[in-house]
Amino acid sequence: MYDTGKIIGGLIIFLLLITFPVWYNAIGGKADMMPKPKIVTDAKQCVDDAAFMKTDHMNVLDQWRDLVVRDGLRFINAPDGKRYEMSLSNTCMSCHSNKSEFCDRCHNYLKVDPYCWDCHIEPKE
Amino acid sequence: MGIGRRGFIKIAGLAALAGAFGKKTGNIFATENIIDTTQTKESLVGKRWAMVVDLRKCLQEKGCTKCMDACHKVHNVPAFDNPKDEIKWIWKESFEHTFEEQEHEYTYENIKHSPIPVLCNHCDNPPCVRVCPTQATFKGKDGIVVMDMHRCIGCRYCVAACPYGSRSFNWRDPRPFIKDIDPDFPTRMRGVVEKCNFCSERLAKGELPACVEACEEKALIFGDLEDPESKIRELLKSNFTIRRKPSLGTNPEIYYIV
Repeated sequence: MYDTGKIIGGLIIFLLLITFPVWYNAIGGKADMMPKPKIVTDAKQCVDDAAFMKTDHMNVLDQWRDLVVRDGLRFINAPDGKRYEMSLSNTCMSCHSNKSEFCDRCHNYLKVDPYCWDCHIEPKE
Repeated sequence: MGIGRRGFIKIAGLAALAGAFGKKTGNIFATENIIDTTQTKESLVGKRWAMVVDLRKCLQEKGCTKCMDACHKVHNVPAFDNPKDEIKWIWKESFEHTFEEQEHEYTYENIKHSPIPVLCNHCDNPPCVRVCPTQATFKGKDGIVVMDMHRCIGCRYCVAACPYGSRSFNWRDPRPFIKDIDPDFPTRMRGVVEKCNFCSERLAKGELPACVEACEEKALIFGDLEDPESKIRELLKSNFTIRRKPSLGTNPEIYYIV
């Protein structure tokens, strides 16, 4: 092979340049950045465990939606014995009234775009 | 060397035990936690909600729009300037449009030129439900014909099927045309159909429909047809009532005392 040094060197430079965003963010500590949703409520307990709500809140909302709209069942007893109205705007958002710092932080990070707010009214911040 | 069949079954059994007795999460999904509102005191529960409109009382107050204002306010119904875009849940219609089959040249003077309040008839045999391809419109256990806005795809079959014009399509984004948005009730998005829901969200809280509550003449009477003791049954028994286009077989549940 002619010009081995130049070719190998060129390839190394090329690889370094093309992977620039990966290692730059890894060195800068940005690669493992996690969104931190801010909780503003004084309430100690959500309708279920926080860990469960983190992973399954969308399923809870989905189930609530069907129960309320299709079956006309509007209230639920949470595991802590409290009674809640199954309502995104009236129950969830009464504690988590900071949509931009709570919902949006993770949703933006994960690039999910739920269309709840096309119709449901977000609380004023 | 990996695990054999016996080993695998042992581990699976232990895992199942751990799962059964471990810390429970996701309780919110347990069906026993869901409250059946028919068992709670504060909700108004009915099997076949209906309404009587007493036109003798209603037409006393000329130009009154209290029921419409109240309804459109609590449900975030937009007010468009172009009548082609109009969204209406309860509105006024002329006698010949309301009671096509009853109208004649010498109609009773009092009602001939008076606008009559009309709304979704919550038919017992609703054509809008039959044509809906996604079951976005359906009839609930309480007899109310309701819409699941999440499922509406905006095909407008129901608009064509409804013989009463009770359905409006959102041709435009309604949000900018709502004066005071009520945060307790969602708005709609562009491209869905909407109509009166007999205030099912208010019934669950034990409140009467907004129009009924707003009517100072007490011309709108709301009640359960399945309850023989209800006021509405009493009124239907003791007064002659007419319904809109009964010959179509939709069995409308709004009764008019003329």
